[in-house]
Amino acid sequence: MDSPLIKIENLTLQFKTDEGLITAVDNVSFELVPGEILGLVGESGSGKSVTAKSLMLLNPGNAVYSPESQITLTIEGNTVDVFNLKSASQLKVVRGGAISMIFQEPMASFAPAITIGDQMVEQLLLHSHMTKKEAVTHSIEMLERVGISDAPTRFKQYAFEFSGGMRQRAMIAMALSTKPKLLIADEPTTALDVTIQAQVIDLMKDLVAEFGMAILFITHDLGVIAQTADRVAVMYLGNIIETGSVRQVIKEPAHPYTQGLLNAIPKLERLDEPLTPVPGDIPSPLDRPPGCVFHTRCSQMIEGKCDTLVPSRTTLKVGHTASCFVAEGSSDGEFEAVA
Amino acid sequence: MNDIPLVSTKNLSVFFGLGRKLFGERQVVRAVENVSLDIPKGSFFGLVGESGSGKTTLGRAILRAAPITGGHIKYNDGEVDYDVATINKKQLKDYRKRSQLIFQDPYAALSPRMTVRDIIAEPLEVMGLTSSRRETDERVREMAAKCRLNLEHLRRFPHAFSGGQRQRISIARALVCKPRFLVADESVAALDVSIQADILNLLKSLTDEMGITFLFISHDLSVVAHVCDYVAVMYLGQIVEEAPTRKLFSRPRHPYTAALLSAIPSLDPDDEQDAIKLEGEIPSPLSPPSGCRFHTRCAHVQARCQSESPQWRKIDDGHFAACHFTDELKL
Repeated sequence: MDSPLIKIENLTLQFKTDEGLITAVDNVSFELVPGEILGLVGESGSGKSVTAKSLMLLNPGNAVYSPESQITLTIEGNTVDVFNLKSASQLKVVRGGAISMIFQEPMASFAPAITIGDQMVEQLLLHSHMTKKEAVTHSIEMLERVGISDAPTRFKQYAFEFSGGMRQRAMIAMALSTKPKLLIADEPTTALDVTIQAQVIDLMKDLVAEFGMAILFITHDLGVIAQTADRVAVMYLGNIIETGSVRQVIKEPAHPYTQGLLNAIPKLERLDEPLTPVPGDIPSPLDRPPGCVFHTRCSQMIEGKCDTLVPSRTTLKVGHTASCFVAEGSSDGEFEAVA
Repeated sequence: MNDIPLVSTKNLSVFFGLGRKLFGERQVVRAVENVSLDIPKGSFFGLVGESGSGKTTLGRAILRAAPITGGHIKYNDGEVDYDVATINKKQLKDYRKRSQLIFQDPYAALSPRMTVRDIIAEPLEVMGLTSSRRETDERVREMAAKCRLNLEHLRRFPHAFSGGQRQRISIARALVCKPRFLVADESVAALDVSIQADILNLLKSLTDEMGITFLFISHDLSVVAHVCDYVAVMYLGQIVEEAPTRKLFSRPRHPYTAALLSAIPSLDPDDEQDAIKLEGEIPSPLSPPSGCRFHTRCAHVQARCQSESPQWRKIDDGHFAACHFTDELKL
């Protein structure tokens, strides 16, 4: 196994609001090695975007990170402690240097009054040693690489002149032009049609193979994850409740929440089965349930245990972990607690 | 199920005129062109297509919420018989009571200044369907309970509710006047999967119970496959294929439908997908391609497709498609 590119340990993040401290991320740990695609799955409000933004320290000023939280980035043997970065010039490495991000809404992420080309060139001048002329050539090459035809003309156009799929391609071209080590893709295909989504997914897979970067792929669509990711982490109310390889999590889900999510997805192969929603609503982060965060909606809840004790992260099989008393019990005592 | 369609369109067209270009001709967006569609009474009818295919415009035209350029829309529920395209004012008012719309975004569709009770009561009050406040309250409470809303929440404002709860409020508002026909435009697209399943189950049981005919507009084929009895596929303003759901999904007869189906990401990671690649994007409806509109992206294109528009043909019982080579192609 390669040494991790980025390591997130015990990340806990709270927001100061008028109603008090709201826990958005609770003791989350995971890591990514170069060339790996990790899917981060969860419902809205589960804390997946906030977790991703922590890697670039992009959360708003009222965010409070706990002192145990640690994010370390290792590039070519040099280790960077992300929480120690203070000035803008230091932060450059996580904001567009080694880490780039693709956002969900491609229309909202381009400046409307600046041409696509100027926006691409600007970030290259900030993050690399290219001259302006080199940056222009490189940007046009990148646009061609992501399949935008007539790139020199497109380079001079504005975001409104691009269609949705093309904007997302341009966004990918821009994020990749600085050759980042880690790409954070926050719901990159959610706003797109299935046919365009298939094109964008293929493109991202090709680029991973070509540039050897790691991708943190955030989505709520488990179908997209099944076709792209190597490993999956499932989030619920700020906790990672299950992790494993794509096959483990999708074919043998251990946590009742993951099982519920999979059951709620309409499947083309099984049209006769009724859709089963996960009962109830996601609780407000203002009153997080005690014990296991999922116990209020869990059908396999053990009275007196799940509602009082917090389950620890347990290894079920190599690479497959879950935080659940029920899953622990069913693995016949072979499990061992992860330190 | 009844054989007489509740809603039936014939050669329906909706064009939008754009401003004249300097020295140019007046530009026209052909959003919906020559669509003929029968929606059987009591059915859950799905309408799918990419963005820009005209499915929303078609849904709105049927409700007379978009200007109709040509063609007819027959509405017959056994009590009244209207041609919605040429309907007069009085009839239109009556048609509004019989047809309702549920919107896509539950955050934008509810006024933040009205309580849930007032939101659900508004159609009753506007249409004068109840005679006293007490009767209104009764109808509101009855509908809210059916949509599994907590009756104690009726005095609250929409901001206090989650996306799924808001969508249940929208559904209660649409159903409170007891319509016969309901159009839902991407009504579950903005919701998480677990809530989506809940809302779909609710819609299905309520429409069955109240005998409502449902036009369900969506871009999500797996959702449509699960809830709809019939499906029509739209591409660039025209319907390219229509069939009972099972038939469409087990044996698509139009290359566009086949491509759409193959592009759905499979949940099985071992399922090596060879999706039929659709190159590029949907062309502009300002100048749709000649002949078959799909020929610019079709994998099976031949010379004939570029010049000649395919006929809308019956292939099988209830199964229609518009493609020159339906019988020869192995899809």
